[in-house]
Amino acid sequence: MFGLAPPPILEIAGLTVDFDTGKRIVRAVHGVDLKLGRGEALGLVGESGSGKSVTWMAVMRLLGPRARIGGEILLDGASIPDMPEPAVEKLRGRRMAMIFQDATSALNPVHRIGSQLAEAVRLHRGLSGASARVEARRLLDRVRIANAQQRLDEYPHQLSGGMNQRVMIAMALAGAPDLLIADEPTTALDATIQAQILDLLREIRRDSGMAMVLISHDLGVVAENCDRIAVMYAGRIVEEAPSDALFEDPRHPYTRGLMAALPDLDGPRRALVAIPGTVPEPWSLPPGCSFAPRCPDAVPACAAGVPPLLASGSRRRAACIRVAGADVAAPTRELVW
Amino acid sequence: MTAPLLVADAIERHYEVRRDGLLGKRRSLRAVDGVSFAVPPGRTLGLVGESGCGKSTTAKLVLGLVPLTGGTVRFDGQPVQARHDAAWRRQRRDMQMVYQDPLGALDRRLPVGRQIMEPLAIHRIGTPNGRRDKAMALLEAVGLGASHLGRYPHELSGGQRQRIVLARAMILEPRLLVCDEPVSALDVSIQAQVVNLLGDIQARFGVAYLFISHDLRIVRQVSHEVAVMYLGRIVEQGEPDRLFSQPEHPYTRALVSAIPTARGAKARERILLQGDPPNPVDVPSGCAFRTRCAWAQPLCAERRPELRPLADGTRVACHMTHGDIAARRAA
Repeated sequence: MFGLAPPPILEIAGLTVDFDTGKRIVRAVHGVDLKLGRGEALGLVGESGSGKSVTWMAVMRLLGPRARIGGEILLDGASIPDMPEPAVEKLRGRRMAMIFQDATSALNPVHRIGSQLAEAVRLHRGLSGASARVEARRLLDRVRIANAQQRLDEYPHQLSGGMNQRVMIAMALAGAPDLLIADEPTTALDATIQAQILDLLREIRRDSGMAMVLISHDLGVVAENCDRIAVMYAGRIVEEAPSDALFEDPRHPYTRGLMAALPDLDGPRRALVAIPGTVPEPWSLPPGCSFAPRCPDAVPACAAGVPPLLASGSRRRAACIRVAGADVAAPTRELVW
Repeated sequence: MTAPLLVADAIERHYEVRRDGLLGKRRSLRAVDGVSFAVPPGRTLGLVGESGCGKSTTAKLVLGLVPLTGGTVRFDGQPVQARHDAAWRRQRRDMQMVYQDPLGALDRRLPVGRQIMEPLAIHRIGTPNGRRDKAMALLEAVGLGASHLGRYPHELSGGQRQRIVLARAMILEPRLLVCDEPVSALDVSIQAQVVNLLGDIQARFGVAYLFISHDLRIVRQVSHEVAVMYLGRIVEQGEPDRLFSQPEHPYTRALVSAIPTARGAKARERILLQGDPPNPVDVPSGCAFRTRCAWAQPLCAERRPELRPLADGTRVACHMTHGDIAARRAA
C-alpha cells in the first residue's frame, strides 16, 4: 500500500464499457477504478446487471465488436485496450485465465477431455504429442480428479458438473497464469461440490501465488475466499474494503441492504429486510446516485450528482454522500410468523 | 392436535431404465424411495437436498402429476390419485404449485391479469366482474397494483413475475402451495421480498407450504419443519433451528458445514465430502450415504438405517447416531 509495495499486477482506472445495441448506446460500466496486488484475492459482488462480469470480460478483451471500452486497463504496466489482438491472445491463458459458471457447456462436447487439455497445453506451453498428454494428466491430478488416466479419454457428458469445473480449472492452469478470473465458478454446483471447488482454488493459490478475482452474487462465498471485496451496483463500485471490515461494518446503504436481506443459518430467525424496488435498467438510470430510489437513507442531495468513491477510513472506500454522517445500524426485527 | 392436511406415507417412484444402451440390463432408478411426512394446515414443511435427491419428484408425486409406484398420498383425508378425473380436479383447486422460473410458468402472449383470472375460468367460479375484482385484490396482496393487470410477462422484472405466479396460485384460495425453488432464480434483494411475501400470504390466508429448495438458509427462514433428502430418502427431519445448528446425520453435517457464511463466523469447521453423489441407479447397499461418509462401518453396508426419532423428536436415519454400531460392538 505504501512506497515499497510492489506494483499491482492489474490496474483499472476509469473503465467504461458501452454497448451499441443498434438503436442506442448503452453504458454498462461507468468508470471503475480497481487495483489488484500480486497473489491477492479480490471478490466482486453484485446482483445481475451490476456490471461485475462485463468489467472482467473487458479486462480479458472478450466483449466483441459491439462493446466500446474506455479508460485504462494495465496488466503489469501494459495497456490491454491498446494491444493488437495477437498480443492479447498471448496474454489470455498465459498471464490471465478465466473460468465460468457453466463448465459443462464451456467444454467442447465432441472432444475428449484429454485432447481439450492437450490443446491448451500446446497453445500455452508449446508442448505436443506425448509430452502434452503427460502434462494434461498432471493437470488433472493437480485438480484432484481421481482416475486421471481414464478421464483423459472421456467426454464432458460423462463427467459430473463438479468434475467438469475441475477440468476447466485444469485448463486455466495450463499456462500457469498470474491471474485467474473466476466468474461465478460454483453457482451451478451443489453446496457440497461448491465447497470442494472453493477448497481446490484455495489450495492452488496457496501453492502457486496466483492472484484471483472471484465474481459472485453470494456474499458468503466471497467473504470466505477473498482478502478484499468490491461491491458493484448499476455499473459502479459503491464500496470496497478488506473482507473482515466489510462484513463487520458495511458502510454503503446498498451493502447494508444486501446483508439485511440475507437469511442466516444460525442465530435467531429474524424477518428479512428486503431492499424495495428493483435494479434500474442500464438505459434508464436515475439521476445522481443510482441506488437512491431504493435507499432508506436517501436525501434530496443524493439525486444531485453521482457520489464519488472516496476513502472512508483506512484501506476502504465508499460512494455515498451520507456515509460520513450517517449512523444507521442495519435494522433487525424479531421474526413473527 | 389438528389432523394433517397432507400426508405422504412411504411414497415411492421408481423408473425402469436400461443401462448401457438398448440391450443393456433393465435397472430401476429409485428417484423417491419410501418418503413419509405430514404437513399440518397453515404450516410449512421444507424439503432440502442437492440435485438428484428426489425433492422435485416428491413435489410432483404429492400433486398427482406423476403416478406413484408405491405408498399413498392423502390430502385432507382423501387419497390423491394420478388419474386426472373430476375428483382430482376438485382436489387440485385446493393444492397449487409454484415453480422456479416464473417466465416459463407464465404465458408470454397473455396479459398477466388474464392469467391470474384463468384458474377461476377453468373451474367456472364467479362472474367476469367478480373474477376481475378478485384478481385485483390478489394483485394488491402480492404488492402489485391495477396498473400491472394489462402488462405482459416480458414487461415485468423477475421478482414481479414471481408475484404474478403467486397471485395466480392463490386465486382459488388453495390450502396447500407446493413451491419448488420459488426464489432460486431471483437476486438476493428480490429474494428477501418474495420470502417475506410468502410469510405474509401464509399469515393472511392460512395456506400450508411444501417448500422445496437447495438453499438451507432460505428453508430455515420459512419452515416450521425441515426434511433433508439424500438419494430418494429422508435422512434427517426436525425443527429447523435445532436441525441446522446441531445436525445429526453425517450428510446434514457436511451440507450445513458447506454453506459459506458472510458473518465473520469463520470458526465453523468444514467437512469436505469426497466425490459426487452416487448414480441413483446404483444406490449403495445399506445406507446410501456410506460411500461418502467418514464414519461408515460394516453395519452401514449391511442394513439400511431407518428414520427414527431421538429423545428430542428429531428424526435421523443413521446407525451411528442411534448407537447401533456401538450396540453391535458390545454384543
